Parts: sequence; structure tokens; C-alpha cells
Amino acid sequence: MIRVALPAHLRTLAKVDGSEVKLEVAGPATLRSVLDALEARYPMLCGTVRDHVTLERRPFVRFFVCSEDWSHESPDAPLPEAVASGVEPFFVVGAIAGG
Amino acid sequence: MSGVRVLIGTRKGAFILESDGKRQNWTIHGPHFAGWEMYHLKGSPVDPNRIYASQTSGWFGQILQRSSDGGKTWETPGGEAMPKPGEMPSGASNKFVYDTSAESGKPLTTHQWYDGTQHPWEFKRVWHLEPSLTDPDTVYAGIEDAAIFKSADGAKSWQELPGLRGHGTGPKWQPGAGGMCLHTIILDPSNSKRMYIAISAAGAFRTDDGGASWKPINKGLVSEYIPDKTAEIGHCVHHVAMHGSRPNTLFMQKHWDVMRSDNAGDEWHEVSGNLPTDFGFVIDVHAHEPETVYVVPIKSDSHHFPLDGKLQVYRSRTGGNEWEPLTKGLPQQDCYVNVLRDAMAVDSLDKCGVYFGTTGGQVYASSDAGDNWAPIAEHLPAVLSVEVQTLK
Repeated sequence: MIRVALPAHLRTLAKVDGSEVKLEVAGPATLRSVLDALEARYPMLCGTVRDHVTLERRPFVRFFVCSEDWSHESPDAPLPEAVASGVEPFFVVGAIAGG
Repeated sequence: MSGVRVLIGTRKGAFILESDGKRQNWTIHGPHFAGWEMYHLKGSPVDPNRIYASQTSGWFGQILQRSSDGGKTWETPGGEAMPKPGEMPSGASNKFVYDTSAESGKPLTTHQWYDGTQHPWEFKRVWHLEPSLTDPDTVYAGIEDAAIFKSADGAKSWQELPGLRGHGTGPKWQPGAGGMCLHTIILDPSNSKRMYIAISAAGAFRTDDGGASWKPINKGLVSEYIPDKTAEIGHCVHHVAMHGSRPNTLFMQKHWDVMRSDNAGDEWHEVSGNLPTDFGFVIDVHAHEPETVYVVPIKSDSHHFPLDGKLQVYRSRTGGNEWEPLTKGLPQQDCYVNVLRDAMAVDSLDKCGVYFGTTGGQVYASSDAGDNWAPIAEHLPAVLSVEVQTLK
């Protein structure tokens, strides 16, 4: 079970309570597999975190893992065991950009 | 008993205002989608409870919302269902992918950027949603960077009508200050194959074959701010309006100039007449009088607020040229708001109701065709769009 912390607007869009969702991820836990599982469980989030076609992270979205910025990591890099085991959440963060 | 529902898109959410046919007392519902930019909401003419809404965010991109109960509840079309094991997620209601296939589309070309260089087409947001006149599941979307898309499944999925972007003039299209947006879509009620669209800053186009091919309809437009002021392409059209009973007559608020065409856009002539300034964004036509037209003059393209701090709607009962200011109930001093291109609409009651919203968050309504005005909402976020449904 992987814990994913979502920004408020995406929680509203996904109609979930609390700051986190819990996902079963098939195979190794990576950025790609976590986002695949997130979009499969919550189809309304497709396109909001990463591009529909290129699957690239949207410019104003960042990923944080165990207090480190994973926004620019390879999508297939294995996530730390603490995230894969659900001890630490995987953070999807909206960049601070005014508005 | 008849009633009116006003759909308001703002910088920070959507609001729905409702009243009975007297239009004296209003109830405000919302904010829906609080904190998101709501560029446009519009109801189906054949099913008023079916409403489409464009929800956008600089962070999280485009969302399409749909209501089947008049705006009480909303869904992302197709986005609620869990896919079966092995299936891809079905959330494609916000998937706007330009058609670049050799068979049906065109290789993705470039358009002109602000500095004159060429720039690739990039999807940014949906500016305008235009539901079909006959089918509640069919809806058109005008997007930035400029293109027109169509959905025939209630906004679950979208396909570009690539003949527009493939017209060949794309490299001459350029963004206005708000981006290179396709902001106006008009469906001809007398001819299901004919549509009009307008793009800032490319101009107006018409299709006579249901969107397969398009022709620019900008003859007669004169724009001092482009190198060839009468060019076929490059005009910053702000909005176009049509009365359903006269589908060949179009009224246009261009960047500067109020224009009129009586031959489906083939030729335009200026009808600014005695307007104190002919810069502006909105234009609309009275529901029952096809020669009665409304605009809100704005001081200039470098000011974007009303002349002399006075918010005035101007009405022409002669199809242009002769205009009268309408001021009763509108602020006549220290008013420095703007009225954006999709932020005026009319109802079809008798007398015709006229509505517009401002960047200051006010929504003004007149229940007597513009003679008298009153705010029906005063403290909303900046208003991006106003649409009206007349409920029987």
C-alpha cells in the first residue's frame, strides 16, 4: 500500500476526504507506477498531474519523497522503501506560484 | 412559471444565479469549483439541465465538468468510472490532442509568436463551450492555442475539426494579450452545416460543411495595428453575435471598431457611428429585435476600463451607427472595471433581459432591454463569462 498526498484542488476533484489516498501498486514502486495507479483509481485526475500524451509532469506540479525533490527523477527509478512500504507518503505538490 | 438561470464563470469559481420570470429577486448558488478559473459555462438549448463547464488551473490544467440537473451536481464526464483490470483510465474529458495524422489532420504547424517568430501549437485551455442546437450530447469547444474540437458523447472525449487549423494560414495567426484563443463559436440555426468562429488574433472563419473546411471571413476589417491593415488574416476579433432569425447578419466587436455583415461574413462594414470609443469586448443582440445591439465601450486597448470612469452600455436600435448610452442603475463615477468578451448575454423573456459581468465581480441585469439596470451580484471574483438560460 502506497500513500499519496494530494493538493487540495485534486482531492476535491477526486472527491476524497483527508490529505492522502492509499493505492495498491502493481510491481516495483516508481513514479510511473504510482501515477498509473493514481489515474486508474481516480480517472478524473488524468491530465492534471502529467500530460495525457507525453506523460510528462505538468510544469507547476512537483513530486517530493522523503523530504527530497523527485520532480526530475526518472519515472522508472525505484522509490525509497519507506514510500514503497507506506511508511512515508509520496507527495504531489502544486508549485508555489501566486494566484 | 418561467424563470431565468444565469451561469457565471469567474477567476475563482462558478456561480449560478436564479430568479423567476419577474427577475427582481435572485438566489446565488456557489461557488462551484472554488478556486479554479471557470472560463465558460453554457447550457444545452434542447436540455436546459445539461450544462457544460470549462474549469482550468495553471497548476493542474484543463477539466471539463458536466451537469445533468441544472448545475446542482457535477461530474467529469467518463471520469467517475473505475477502469477494469488491464484497461486504461477513462478520464479523457480533458484530453485535447491536436489532430496531426496524415489521413484526417495536418502535421502540427506553427503560429506566429508575440515577437514575430514561429511557435508550436500548445494546448492551454478551453475558452468557450457551444452545445449543439439539436443534441445535448454534442458540444463544441474553442481552445487556446486556437482550434475547434467536437464531442459527440457528452464531453467524454474530444476530436479536433482539423480543417480550421489546417487552413494554411496558421503561421500568420498570433496570440492576443490573453493568448491565441478561439473564443467565439456560433451555430447557424437555419443551416446545420454552417458555423462561425473567431480567433484572437487571426480573425473570423466560417464553415459551410459542418467543420470539414473553413474560409476566413475578414473582408472589410481594417486593423491599424497590423502591417497590412486589410490583410485576410491577423485581425483581433473580440466577439461576434448573431440573431437566430437573421443568421446571415453578424455583429462584431473588433479590438477597435464595431462591425456588421449582412452576407454571412463575406463582407463587413463599420457601424461604430457615434460611439464615444469603439474599443470593447462584448457584443450581443436583443432576443426579439434583430436590429437592437448592445456593446460596452472601453476607453482603449491600453486602459481596459470604461471612459471617464462611467460604466455605460450602448444600445443601437438601428443595427448600428446610431447608439444611445444606457446608464440608469450603472455606476457613473470612479468605475474602472472591464467587461470581458464572453461576459454578456440576453434572456428571451418579454421584455428582453440583458446581463453582463465585470472584472470587479459585479453582475448587472436589466429586465427591460437595457433601460434600467441593477446589480444581481456585487462581490464575486472577476467575471470571465456570463450565459443565460430562459426556463419555461
